[in-house]
Amino acid sequence: MSGQVLTITSGKGGVGKTTTTANLATALASLGQKVVCLDSDIGLRNLDVVMGLENRIVYDLVDAIEGHCRLTQAMIRDRRFSNLHLIPAAQTRDKTAIAPSDMVRLCDELRSEVDWIIIDSPAGIERGFRNALAPSDQVLVVTNPEISAVRDADRIIGIVEAEEKESVKLIINRINPGMVKRGDMLSAEDVVELLAIPLIGIIPEDEAVLVSTNNGSPVVLNQKSQAGLAFLNIGKRLLGEDVPWLSLNQKSGLFLRLGKMLTGDI
Amino acid sequence: MASLIGRLLGKSSTSAGQAKERLHLVLVHDRTDLSPENLKSLKDRLIQVISEYVEINDAETEIQIQGQGREQTLIANIPLKSPRRQR
Repeated sequence: MSGQVLTITSGKGGVGKTTTTANLATALASLGQKVVCLDSDIGLRNLDVVMGLENRIVYDLVDAIEGHCRLTQAMIRDRRFSNLHLIPAAQTRDKTAIAPSDMVRLCDELRSEVDWIIIDSPAGIERGFRNALAPSDQVLVVTNPEISAVRDADRIIGIVEAEEKESVKLIINRINPGMVKRGDMLSAEDVVELLAIPLIGIIPEDEAVLVSTNNGSPVVLNQKSQAGLAFLNIGKRLLGEDVPWLSLNQKSGLFLRLGKMLTGDI
Repeated sequence: MASLIGRLLGKSSTSAGQAKERLHLVLVHDRTDLSPENLKSLKDRLIQVISEYVEINDAETEIQIQGQGREQTLIANIPLKSPRRQR
């Protein structure tokens, strides 16, 4: 087995990296994949609470890297899927506690154990982001249809391309179809045109996301939620499935056209 | 409707359209690390150097950065003065 390393990043904070990480990890696990997700935001641990695993933490990422525990001891098993694990961030240290080379070594060790290693990157373009980027095979950039988030995503894409990472794809989170229709929100098409990288998912704004975070149960487990479905679709696309785009209550062919953009028909 | 009129006038009246136009400009300058100020000074020097060799119409000279995907190109449009009209 040689697992793939997927880094979830954004530049700007608060656009939904941690939510995306928790949901894609859960989506892939629900599709039968062996997954470990890794919170690399040292000092600002959060992936544990979003996944509802905060009470099970004994060891963390820094403990594993510094050899205070075996790697498997730092892997917390998910409550729902036995094939899903979390390595939490250290809460009392800072990002200088580890180096990019530590992350490469750790991920190389994990590759033989699992199908997917999903890294939740911290915001910013500093050391923590470099740590998250160093071992990655695929980078997913999360953005919102909003000026500052798109600008920061562009900076991140520039840095990732300079590192000659092969695969960089875009997730547009928190699209509000009503606002797009009124002309008060950038459409997914606008964002794809500006950033000029392939799209892998569009997540609609959905109250169910906050509710599920409150419960510590990723929204992807709620099949009635549009956002949950959109996350599941990204999981399927990561496995190479050709999944049609959700229509998101839009009568126009917006998302169909986006689908064509993705496959290169436009 | 508002956006249709905006499109006919060649500019956007919706807030999303404004956002897109502003982002487009910001990204071009972010990607090239060339501020609008520096682009202006580049243009002035370009006009100065070219004028040493050939007479140009500096009022109509245009210089801009155009994006194609993630690649940026510097485009200069420099109309020359016709020698006949000079006399």
